[in-house]
Amino acid sequence: MNSNHPLAQLTLVRFREFIREPEALFWVFIFPILLAAGLGIAFRNRPAEVLQIAAVTPELAAPLSTEKLLDVRQLSLGDAEAALRNGKVALVAEPGPGGAVVYRFDDTNPEGRTARMLADRALQRAAGRVDPLLSSDRLMREPGSRYIDFFIPGLLGMNLMGSAMWGIGFSIVDARRKKLIKRLVATPMSRQYYLLSFLLSRLVLLVLEVGVVLGFGALVFQVPVRGSLAGLALLCVLSSLSFCALGLLLASRVQTIEAASGLMNAVMMPMWICSGVFFSAQRFPAAMQPLIKALPLTAVIDALRAMMLQGSSLPQLAPQVAILCGWLVVSFVLALKLFRWR
Amino acid sequence: MSPTAAKAALRLHHLRKTYRDVVAVDGLDLEVRPAECFGLLGPNGAGKTTTIEICEGLTAPDAGEVEVLGLRWDRDASALRQRLGIQLQETQLSEKLTVLETVRLFRSFFRQGPYAPEVIALVQLEEKSQSRVGSLSGGQKQRLALACALVGRPDFLFLDEPTTGLDPQARRQLWELIEQFKLAGRTILLTTHYMDEAERLCDRVAIMDHGKAIALGTPRELIKSVCADHLVEFSAGTRARPLDLAALAAIDGIRDVRPENGSVRMQVTELHRAVPALLEELGRQAIPLTELRTHSATLEDVFVTLTGRHLRDE
Repeated sequence: MNSNHPLAQLTLVRFREFIREPEALFWVFIFPILLAAGLGIAFRNRPAEVLQIAAVTPELAAPLSTEKLLDVRQLSLGDAEAALRNGKVALVAEPGPGGAVVYRFDDTNPEGRTARMLADRALQRAAGRVDPLLSSDRLMREPGSRYIDFFIPGLLGMNLMGSAMWGIGFSIVDARRKKLIKRLVATPMSRQYYLLSFLLSRLVLLVLEVGVVLGFGALVFQVPVRGSLAGLALLCVLSSLSFCALGLLLASRVQTIEAASGLMNAVMMPMWICSGVFFSAQRFPAAMQPLIKALPLTAVIDALRAMMLQGSSLPQLAPQVAILCGWLVVSFVLALKLFRWR
Repeated sequence: MSPTAAKAALRLHHLRKTYRDVVAVDGLDLEVRPAECFGLLGPNGAGKTTTIEICEGLTAPDAGEVEVLGLRWDRDASALRQRLGIQLQETQLSEKLTVLETVRLFRSFFRQGPYAPEVIALVQLEEKSQSRVGSLSGGQKQRLALACALVGRPDFLFLDEPTTGLDPQARRQLWELIEQFKLAGRTILLTTHYMDEAERLCDRVAIMDHGKAIALGTPRELIKSVCADHLVEFSAGTRARPLDLAALAAIDGIRDVRPENGSVRMQVTELHRAVPALLEELGRQAIPLTELRTHSATLEDVFVTLTGRHLRDE
């Protein structure tokens, strides 16, 4: 396309305005990486920890020491109680009446409960218990089941929503506030080209935005992409278009930046919370689930997770794709009906 | 259609526009001839901007007919857009783009016209070509807005208060640019509330008030028809000893004597007879003169005479 073509010029203007806005660059590219890095580090899976416990007699300390996951100290009853109280040990084993054993621990503390099971197993085996069922462990520590694997698709969905809605909504409301839309409409400019330039620039920036988040996840945390890349690309384009249409709808009549910000946040905030960006949407009550499933961000994130982590293909995600197409069509048609060109 | 109507560059017939309960344009009839610079003069709220925006196809009238260059907005909008150059009153162009980028954007919408750098040279912004719009002064921004109106080599240029808010030097610079465009034989419709601007630039003006044209003609004709040649303003007398105005009005060659904000304003045909007569009358009434000013009549005086208000009164 000739660079003097109005669509080329309008799209170039979109890029120039975006690139010359340092804050926008930060929120779209740097912020998601910082967020992913912070959460990835905070929720990293640690190797199984050795628990500190105390035994009051050597007769108890010796068999307990055979358990590799327990670090046993022999303390007097008074010292042991003090250590339990201030959290230095998770459990105290003391002899009870008639050769029995008594465990003191806080049952609301997961470490206490784990220590209770490990200590009891060690003592029962030392006392001659034989497990009737033979069992063995196979350890799963591969990528795909960690928190960061859950979070990266959520972050990607959130980023797709934020950049599309802000990118379109803010630019249009700003242009309307400055009477720039009115000025452009006073020229022979095609109104379709004006709207199309937003979509074109968004699709190009989309490649960068998705690339940054996925690339960061893959390089730093080895987050997998098990589905096809082409399917993932299509899904991202569809998601972005749906959010663009929603952004266009929100911006169709608003005159001030303040009103636009309020409207955008009112629409996006419930989705940040309900759509499973940071934690599973399943935690909300069953009665709310149909509503949550119908939100565009839920559809995007569910589809992204299924595609990246379970390797689902696009046809398997038909329900989510249908929800997104529905939002796209309804928002776009309404936006065109309501749009105020001045 | 009458022959004159066919020749007119712009024809408004019984134009009417109401916003809620405010009548912005009230049955306006107007004709702008080809290659003419026509001025809509009037105070804020007179309906100038609504009128020009209806001509520009940005606002639909409630009633009446609009014909621009022989074309109509309901039938020929896209052909018409190619031939008009428009500058709006409050447009803020994108601050993050450069001057050249802005002009290239506007140029891309038109099928024909000069290259962007030529238009920038025309409005004397070559040195600012690579500067961001946000860094321009008010006058430079206004010249850029003019460049954006000129990119399609328009047959008809609409300028809505082109020099409002500019310093005197920037105004004169813009006037020169508009005069150049006039010399090229194009038609201009401009709105302004500066009478000096209208007197300098416009071949004909319509004075608007409350959505109606209350006077129409060349600046000279209007001044002649409404006012005598000169205006005399003076202060004399106090609340305790007021001046007898009736005695003044009776003097030959003095008319339209009216008190105004503590002073008196009157029209005179011959200064060299009227001023001595005034002084003599003051002497007879034994009232001292504290201030005396005279000037040739202007469009401002036409407006004051017609409405009793000044142009820039809110």
